[in-house]
Amino acid sequence: MNPRPGLRGTPMFLAEVTSEQVFQQALNGVSKGAVYALIAVGYTMVYGVLQLINFAHGEVYMLGAYFAYYPAKWAGYIPDEGGDKPKVPLYFIGVCLFASMAACAAVGMLIERLAYRPLRNASRLAALITAIGVSLLLQNGSQIVFGSDPKYFPRFMDRESIQIGMFDVSNTQLTIMIVAAVAMVALHLFVQKTKPGMAMRAVSFDMRTARLMGVNVDGTIALTFAIGSAMAAIGGVLIAMDQPRLTPLMGLLMGLKAFVAAVLGGIGSIPGAALGGLILGVAESVVGTWSTTYAEAVAFIILILVLLVKPSGLLGKSGREKV
Amino acid sequence: MNLFLGAYIEEYVVQIINMVGVSIILAVSLNVINGLTGQFSLGHAGFMAIGAYVSAYFTTDLSYFNPETAEYITDPALVDSVWGYLGSLLAGGVVAAVAGLIVGIPTLRLRGDYLAIATLGFGEIVRILITNFERVGGANGLSGIPQFKIILMGEGRDATALDGTFFIFAFVVLCIILSAQLQRSTYGRALIAVRENELAAEVMGIPAVRLKITAFVYGAFFAGVAGGLFAHLLQTVTPASFTFMKSVEVVVMLVLGGLGSMTGAIVGAIVLTVLPEALRDVEQEIDLPGIRMVVYSLILILLMIFRPQGIFGQRELSLRLLGRLLPGRKGRE
Repeated sequence: MNPRPGLRGTPMFLAEVTSEQVFQQALNGVSKGAVYALIAVGYTMVYGVLQLINFAHGEVYMLGAYFAYYPAKWAGYIPDEGGDKPKVPLYFIGVCLFASMAACAAVGMLIERLAYRPLRNASRLAALITAIGVSLLLQNGSQIVFGSDPKYFPRFMDRESIQIGMFDVSNTQLTIMIVAAVAMVALHLFVQKTKPGMAMRAVSFDMRTARLMGVNVDGTIALTFAIGSAMAAIGGVLIAMDQPRLTPLMGLLMGLKAFVAAVLGGIGSIPGAALGGLILGVAESVVGTWSTTYAEAVAFIILILVLLVKPSGLLGKSGREKV
Repeated sequence: MNLFLGAYIEEYVVQIINMVGVSIILAVSLNVINGLTGQFSLGHAGFMAIGAYVSAYFTTDLSYFNPETAEYITDPALVDSVWGYLGSLLAGGVVAAVAGLIVGIPTLRLRGDYLAIATLGFGEIVRILITNFERVGGANGLSGIPQFKIILMGEGRDATALDGTFFIFAFVVLCIILSAQLQRSTYGRALIAVRENELAAEVMGIPAVRLKITAFVYGAFFAGVAGGLFAHLLQTVTPASFTFMKSVEVVVMLVLGGLGSMTGAIVGAIVLTVLPEALRDVEQEIDLPGIRMVVYSLILILLMIFRPQGIFGQRELSLRLLGRLLPGRKGRE
């Protein structure tokens, strides 16, 4: 008879870790966090205007990765089983990215129009359950349409390490950070400096008054969904570049974690989503130096702590009724 | 050959009936939290997981591990009595209830979707901790959990699924009676008052926070018991059985029947346990695997858009209501 399992082997937290490793992981966490941030803005914007947790947002991110995969497949850049891997020109990632953003924006608007708009005046609970339903629908629909077997995203760049100081960054990670930063800054400028952005802020501040002031509320909400979904699509494409394995269920956990990032940063605040995403990504990666499986729990522990200590999040305004 | 097939089909039907029983306990207990008290919890799978693992831990002697079959060998002396099973189920329920207390005290200050998200987070944490807990099999889960066996019905007989049915439906009846009594008691009225308007309820002298925690602990206890029943029914548990989707499933049962209606919860549990099994055949017929989950989610969305109060709303299906629906008898006499 074997002794009890689990009493063998080294205990989890005794793994030797140097401080360099921790810093290296923290740096990896920044690129992971950048993607969380891209998805989290979608949650935060929708919650801002509709007070709805859009559970389907994680699935939009998943679709984003698939919508970038198919143009590459149709252009012949995905080899058949066992075939040679064709070289993908770098400009083509741009084609994939924009195709995916456009398709996801359309999906986001469609979800809003068909599922959420009929429930605009219903209880928030009904809307929340509908959101869960939409999430299930997209997950299972994708399993039928795309197949439940994983798809492999083409490699657009050969993995190279870039030395920054004493740390290594891969070129993919660097791309993720740069693209995400550009997208976040562009979004911030859009919301703060343009007229549709101002309408968005007005609707999120007070929907009824905004309508009285002549803001096209329905259009603004549709725009919010479109932009949030396009940001999630960018996140999906960036993740696919780093981890090319696509499955219809990849959005579930990612969506939940991005939502945690949004809550951490203060739901309703776009800079908050960026900050929350980065903190979450770094925290997860640093814990991951010791144990990758416990890293999974970090997001949810952060979530509960934030909700208990400061439910309005780091940069959020404390509302009257929120807690 | 035919006889063998017949016995197999019967076994399958009995298993579905057993699953219906487990679902009813889950739905009725969650209804006390989500329906009666109006606190939206999405963490029922977490309590169920705790109950399942604790009760399996008691009936499965983990000190014997067969490396060839990767199964734990059951020590028959330990569990082969009705009391062994009952004790393990109660232990599962009690540990889940304690977890409910620990989780409930801080999180029940939150309202609406914030509470939903916090309980969801709790459920996920439980699952991840279990996955990392090698002592109970980690990600592979526990197998070799003994089936329920009613010793009174003759020694040396092999347990059948029907034995489980007795156990499960004993708890179904217990859960329904207790919940119905709770609903009708002054406590139940107070819970409804908290649901309708917490501030007004507090002004009327109802200790809202304490009642919310009580309801939460009550729901967690029965979720734990249901978990224990589930574990002994399937004879194997893995952390993957207790994902966020399991919690959603129970919520959908409630919503379908009508949030706040106990009979609605029961009907919802029956429909949503039997329906996927029925659709399984359809799925094979038209050769589109996965279509049943699509149908399932579509039903959920359409239900929310067109009848958000569910089948029964907050009404209960009772003899009096049936009487009113019968022709020739308008209203209450």
